[in-house]
Amino acid sequence: MALSREQMAQRVAREMQDGFYVNLGIGIPTLVANYIPEGMEVMLQSENGLLGMGPFPTEETIDADMINAGKQTVTARTGASIFSSAESFAMIRGGHVDLTVLGAFEVDVQGNIASWMIPGKLVKGMGGAMDLVAGADNIIVIMTHASKDGESKLLSQCSLPLTGAGCIKRVLTDLAYLEIENGAFILKERAPGVSVEEIVAKTAGKLIVPDHVPEMQFAAQ
Amino acid sequence: MAGFDKRVSSYEEALAGLEDGMTVIAGGFGLCGIPENLIAEIKRKGTRDLTVVSNNCGVDGFGLGVLLTDRQISKVVASYVGENKLFEEQLLKGEIEVTLTPQGTLAEKMRAGGAGIPAFFTATGVGTPVAEGKEVREFNGRKYLMEESITGDFAIVKGWKADHFGNVIYRHTAQNFNPLAATAGKITVVEVEEIVEPGELDPAQIHTPGIYVDRIICGTFEKRIEQRTVRK
Repeated sequence: MALSREQMAQRVAREMQDGFYVNLGIGIPTLVANYIPEGMEVMLQSENGLLGMGPFPTEETIDADMINAGKQTVTARTGASIFSSAESFAMIRGGHVDLTVLGAFEVDVQGNIASWMIPGKLVKGMGGAMDLVAGADNIIVIMTHASKDGESKLLSQCSLPLTGAGCIKRVLTDLAYLEIENGAFILKERAPGVSVEEIVAKTAGKLIVPDHVPEMQFAAQ
Repeated sequence: MAGFDKRVSSYEEALAGLEDGMTVIAGGFGLCGIPENLIAEIKRKGTRDLTVVSNNCGVDGFGLGVLLTDRQISKVVASYVGENKLFEEQLLKGEIEVTLTPQGTLAEKMRAGGAGIPAFFTATGVGTPVAEGKEVREFNGRKYLMEESITGDFAIVKGWKADHFGNVIYRHTAQNFNPLAATAGKITVVEVEEIVEPGELDPAQIHTPGIYVDRIICGTFEKRIEQRTVRK
């Protein structure tokens, strides 16, 4: 079975470490915040200028001046700090954020990522995605493995305009967890009940399959 | 105005000197921390052919979106321009020109512009459409793009509290691009929720020192929320 959005978020949450500063993109990456293991302390960075994002407010505490990068009303947790957009991207570009999780349309074996522009469709903009992929060392891309028509999104070369070149090393799809190394995807884990054959069939870029590909674990270690 | 008293008494006075064809840098992220009354005054004034530098371009009928109705904007520099039908329409018809700029690069362009730095190098956008036509230099084995900074004829800024010296503090995440925009205008106009007595603001807590600010005005704000989200 392909992973649900929640299961994908749950798997990525396993990559969190105590004391991490983490930037979560819009969409499935946002859900990762719901699965941070109990007892682990993580500070969420929101690129509009908030480090230490807390839960959504209540009707009583809602505040128009307190939003996240998805423009949703949020709160600040204890220990949070608030700053300008230049400061926010200084910490992103300067490599101070420990983990960045974001979505994509395509990734390829060179670690390229395309996530912001589909030619022929209206382009709304890249927001902070280009800065995030250029600045972070530790990035996990969350995406579906193939399109609804079955077209692979893990390619030998991205077909869409790039968000960043050579910056992606880890990808979690609804079928598998893969790493990118030396011009190939390496199949590290498969979703429960998904066969290696299905993953091979749906991966267009070069894929290295080790002898043993374990099933994904979800519970925190 | 006398000495360091930068207060003006009307929005008309706040934007005196703003003319057709000028570049306006605006603070705000989405609809958060936008100088909504200064934008409304630009609409009332009818200034046209403006280049607007702002992270976003408002929504239909609010924020910078209100300047689209009478086609007062000819060019936008922004990182994200969604949530605005009229904008899309004008873009598709070629009535408005857009330079999409990565958010961090846009912030740094304002910061550098205000700090007298004409250009800087960043890894953001290397190998992407953003790099087209830009100089690429290698430092320590990594490629970087040269990005030129931005200054404006006017900067329009939304603060929380200010004193008459033009010292400004911002409230929560309504800070965003505002302190950067404030540094990058030839004339910087700040509208705030409250003008406090001299000495009331702690000098060590000032976000925007008064040296950057030319005019201060106190307004009332709608503060529209774009994505009202509450805990379940």
